[in-house]
Amino acid sequence: MSNAPVNNGRRRFLTAATSVVGGIGVVGVAVPFIGSWNPSARAKAAGAPVEVNVSKIEPGQLIRAEWRGKPVYVVRRSEEILSGLSAHDDQLKDPQSEVPQQPAYAMNAHRSIKPDLLVALGVCTHLGCAPTYRKGDFDQEVAGVKDGFYCPCHGSKFDMAGRVFQNVPAPTNLMVPEHSFPNEDTLLIGVSGGEA
Amino acid sequence: MSFKLMDWIEQRLPLMEAINKHVTQYPAPKNFNFWYVFGILASVVLVNQLLTGVWLTMNYEPSGEGAFASVEYIMRDVDYGWLLRYMHSTGASAFFVVIYMHMFRGMMYGSYQKPRELLWLFGMLIFLVLMAEAFMGYLLPWGNMSYWGAQVIISIFGAIPIIGDDLTLWIRGDYVISGATLNRFFALHVIALPLVLVVLVFLHILALHEVGSNNPDGTNIKKPKGSVAPEELSKFAFHEQYTKKYDIVDAIPFHPYYTVKDLVAIVIFLIIFCGVMFFAPEGGGYFIEAPNFEPANGLKTPEHIAPVWYFGPFYTILRIIPDKLLGAVGMFGAIIALFMLPWCDRGVVKSIRYRCTAHTVNLVQFAICFIILGVLGTLPASPLNNMIGVVASLGYFGFFVAIWIYSKNEKTKPVPDRVTGK
Repeated sequence: MSNAPVNNGRRRFLTAATSVVGGIGVVGVAVPFIGSWNPSARAKAAGAPVEVNVSKIEPGQLIRAEWRGKPVYVVRRSEEILSGLSAHDDQLKDPQSEVPQQPAYAMNAHRSIKPDLLVALGVCTHLGCAPTYRKGDFDQEVAGVKDGFYCPCHGSKFDMAGRVFQNVPAPTNLMVPEHSFPNEDTLLIGVSGGEA
Repeated sequence: MSFKLMDWIEQRLPLMEAINKHVTQYPAPKNFNFWYVFGILASVVLVNQLLTGVWLTMNYEPSGEGAFASVEYIMRDVDYGWLLRYMHSTGASAFFVVIYMHMFRGMMYGSYQKPRELLWLFGMLIFLVLMAEAFMGYLLPWGNMSYWGAQVIISIFGAIPIIGDDLTLWIRGDYVISGATLNRFFALHVIALPLVLVVLVFLHILALHEVGSNNPDGTNIKKPKGSVAPEELSKFAFHEQYTKKYDIVDAIPFHPYYTVKDLVAIVIFLIIFCGVMFFAPEGGGYFIEAPNFEPANGLKTPEHIAPVWYFGPFYTILRIIPDKLLGAVGMFGAIIALFMLPWCDRGVVKSIRYRCTAHTVNLVQFAICFIILGVLGTLPASPLNNMIGVVASLGYFGFFVAIWIYSKNEKTKPVPDRVTGK
């Protein structure tokens, strides 16, 4: 280096100050690059939560909603069905819903927020077929269980809480999507309570 | 006239100087064997991938709606499209074959040991980028295995606590794998990662030429200046960068001696390559998997999701660990362990020829475990397969633990001062 008079303290300060400002600039420039990887407005719109009016569902009735391209089953379960849920726990793969196929608030005996309203993806966890709702004649598949879901593709069986029976190809219970009830009659699929 | 032009260029950009330093006057040990052809083969495959890749983009359409159809279009309607695609897809598998052989060569002859640690690290970075490149490339045909393979691999990031779910959403750019994911993978696969790859290969070769090539005996061909009798010196003229500081023994110039030898290897390699490409381009379902002949379908999971064969070993390690997060840690740990090899091995003797018997046994069991893990990765999970997988994983990681233990006070054979053989 040259013998030119040097003020080392000042040089260090200027170098450090320039580096800090430059570093902040780099972070700032990184924002759009990283941000552009977020889901676009179009993707967000296509994946937006779906509102369903549940006030008119009769006990035992199933209605289908579509959310993110997948069918969602909404079933109002009668008192009789609810009380019968625990009767066949020993025939299920995961009676306590330990596999995280549901949000924490649906990890209970009836796998739902409101005990009577089951909200589950109508997508078999085996190969993604849509299980058929067998109302009243499910005991042809599983003796002693009157209602349930039967997948016509490979014969997987699920009970009225979407829990999978043993000795069928499907590995896990039906998926319960995030959902919430903004008011008594409205079900919002895709958003947990408190987030909306 | 042409000499004048050459001089004119040379004064402005020392091109001949660089060629002399790295090609015609680069001292390479004279005892290279079969195992030393895979570096050049990897370069050949890299050029093949870059060229065919560029040509494939000319007809490929990176969108969720058009990708699968455009690959069919390439295969059926574009003149020689099928050939270009099979060159590219066979090249992907060939890349991993030669890279795994190249890495094993380095492990056998201690080419990662001091002073070649950085060289090894650059090589491992190339391996890592190559895996990312292969993974993203496999999504592009938008077949059903593309889709579900990506689904499985991206969901690995979901295992990271707290940020996992948001991270996977950010990687996909959508709530499910969609055209958005396909498009960004396309951009990374054809532009970003190849650039990184080429730079890394450049650094790998630069680092190699700085420390010099190792050889099957693991001896040093660069002796202290003035320590070698003139008649013992290598008869060839080497660049002064090497001869200024060292006396070079047992060496021959890279060109023409090894370029000619490598040409033979390239010809044999291309014969095998063409054999696969023309007669078994799908590699029996291992290079291009059967479910990939139907378009991506988010509602229909293939019966058995298997990775392409070259990811098998790491996929098995991921799968045998029942916990999702620990599985991901184990899988990445298997790669990080390779990165750390220069520091796991505390030995000073490089070549397997002069190391202790335990080392030979250890290396052989490592290779066997690696192959077993690879085979298991392509098979469905079953209790027996999982048990074999656990044993093989222990063998894989055990290699690094064992080498750390026995290399400290290793009983080695005497290493010759000069390379053996003629």
